[in-house]
Amino acid sequence: MNFMGIGMFIVIVAITLMITYWASHHNKTTTEFYAAGRSISGIQNGFAIAGDYMSAASFLGIAGLIALNGYDGFMYSVGWLVAYIVVLILVAEPMRNSGRYTMADVLAYRLSPVPVRTAAAASTLVISTFYMLAQMVGAGTLIKMLLGIPYEGSIIFIGIMMILYVTFGGMLGTTWVQIIKAGLLMFGAIFLTFWVLGKFHFNLVSFFDAITGKLGQSFLEPGKLYKNPIELVSLGMALVLGTAGMPHILMRFYTVPTAKAARTSVLWAMGLIGSFYIMTTFLGFGAAYFVGGDAIKAVDKGGNMAAPLLAQTLGGGKGSLGGEFLLAFISAVAFATILAVVAGLTLAASSAFAHDFYVNVLKKGKADEVTQVRVAKRTGVVVGVIAIALGILAKGQNVAYLVALAFAVASSANIPVILFAIFWKRFNTGGAVAGIIVGLVSSVGLMMIGPQVMGKAALFPLGNPGIVSIPLGFLAAYLGTILTTEKTVHSDKFDELYVRANTGLGAE
Amino acid sequence: MRWDKIAQSEEFKHLVKIKAWFMTIAIIFSTVYYFALPLSVGYLKPFMIQKVTGSINIAYWFALSQFFMAWIIAGIYAWVANHSFDPIADKIRRENAGGLER
Repeated sequence: MNFMGIGMFIVIVAITLMITYWASHHNKTTTEFYAAGRSISGIQNGFAIAGDYMSAASFLGIAGLIALNGYDGFMYSVGWLVAYIVVLILVAEPMRNSGRYTMADVLAYRLSPVPVRTAAAASTLVISTFYMLAQMVGAGTLIKMLLGIPYEGSIIFIGIMMILYVTFGGMLGTTWVQIIKAGLLMFGAIFLTFWVLGKFHFNLVSFFDAITGKLGQSFLEPGKLYKNPIELVSLGMALVLGTAGMPHILMRFYTVPTAKAARTSVLWAMGLIGSFYIMTTFLGFGAAYFVGGDAIKAVDKGGNMAAPLLAQTLGGGKGSLGGEFLLAFISAVAFATILAVVAGLTLAASSAFAHDFYVNVLKKGKADEVTQVRVAKRTGVVVGVIAIALGILAKGQNVAYLVALAFAVASSANIPVILFAIFWKRFNTGGAVAGIIVGLVSSVGLMMIGPQVMGKAALFPLGNPGIVSIPLGFLAAYLGTILTTEKTVHSDKFDELYVRANTGLGAE
Repeated sequence: MRWDKIAQSEEFKHLVKIKAWFMTIAIIFSTVYYFALPLSVGYLKPFMIQKVTGSINIAYWFALSQFFMAWIIAGIYAWVANHSFDPIADKIRRENAGGLER
């Protein structure tokens, strides 16, 4: 048991619960519950997007990937920021201008609402489930390693926390949990980066000279992790397009009052996310130098402990007061990170079910505010319970591929349909449903028969299906449109959506 | 509200045209720049691992430059959107705010 670590965890839990209590008084209408009453400022939302996006997988995972694989880990981290160009330029402002709470709102505007909302809710639930499961399993393993609390106990605890944040705090509470987490994470990364680079007088050349002197020049050369460039291109496609199709990221744009604020929020998020990933690379290289690959692998063979171990070593090493304090602090930051991401995912999943499926498909839009909020909160509880159950069932499984899968589904099923709905006049319901279904089935299917799941017996050669499934999603959306003639009048609605998306006229 | 009237107005057509022009260039440039990284380190490795500053090679600087490329594109977009897109969109919004049925 690590008492200093547990103490810091308790402080973080207490702060977030106070926020949740405060937010629970502003949580009566659907706009408040799903979109924080559109009261979040651009800068606040920028921090919240960063907090929603920078998962434990990126903080601990990328630092570990670099500590063990050098250059290839660094190259992997690049796509996580470049993805925001697509978010900024193509998606954020049109979504804010023409939607209310979910991606399906934009589709339902000009397409037949029942089939497109059902399909969009299905893809959102699949993406959220995969991504959440990866986070839960990672969190359970991590907390066990950091604090010595049993895996099942950690999962149940995180599940209960995310249910509390979402059902009582709604979007307002979740947003502030994400903002605080982003602040803590940036502080931790800046602190460690200065410490590491300070040892080399902030001279990048002497830093890397020291590393290659110790680990060989090949540590700074590609090829240690990725043998096949096509694999990396495929992963890059899923990252770059998938980020713009991630439901928990899209949902954040509805919390700001205007499209201009949505733009400001992406710019802030890009500043934070970019500098965070650059710093993470220094932490990864620093961990390789100060801690060493073998010592990192001895604690966790995936390398996830690289950043916490670096903190411990810099602080004075195992058993020293400074070392244990820094380890506890970085571990607590990682814990806050997990909580903020799962809360965002829970909210996205419950909005897809409650707003898209229950209210607009089952009830045909005829449900009063009180009922809608009640259903959304209950869905949040159900999502949390399912996440706990799946997390416990997946104990000991290697679920790292689920993160890649979530991005593959988001890029193949959601992005073709979002882009066509906003930019292509002829697009219709047949195309939307076909695009979502084909994108969803092909990305999941190719992943299941690929090497990440089947190992050496794989029928599909790539572990990342994006390079095939993304074009399939676009093709299906195109063919579905061309081959069906829509009988309803929704095609006239394109002008309306197009004007709304581009000018913000009539935006809620 | 006649949405088709606004959609057919010269002002709106101009807005959409300059936006499409900017978006196409920005997206094509960043896509080419980004995918050049995995392709060049994969297929041009002997060139990319040449050392330029101390032990730091071209591959490292190219990967690091991606972050600045993303920031620069974002900065240009923000400037163009603030100076060219927003004034037109604001004007269309002001002129048509009265006819909005909601």
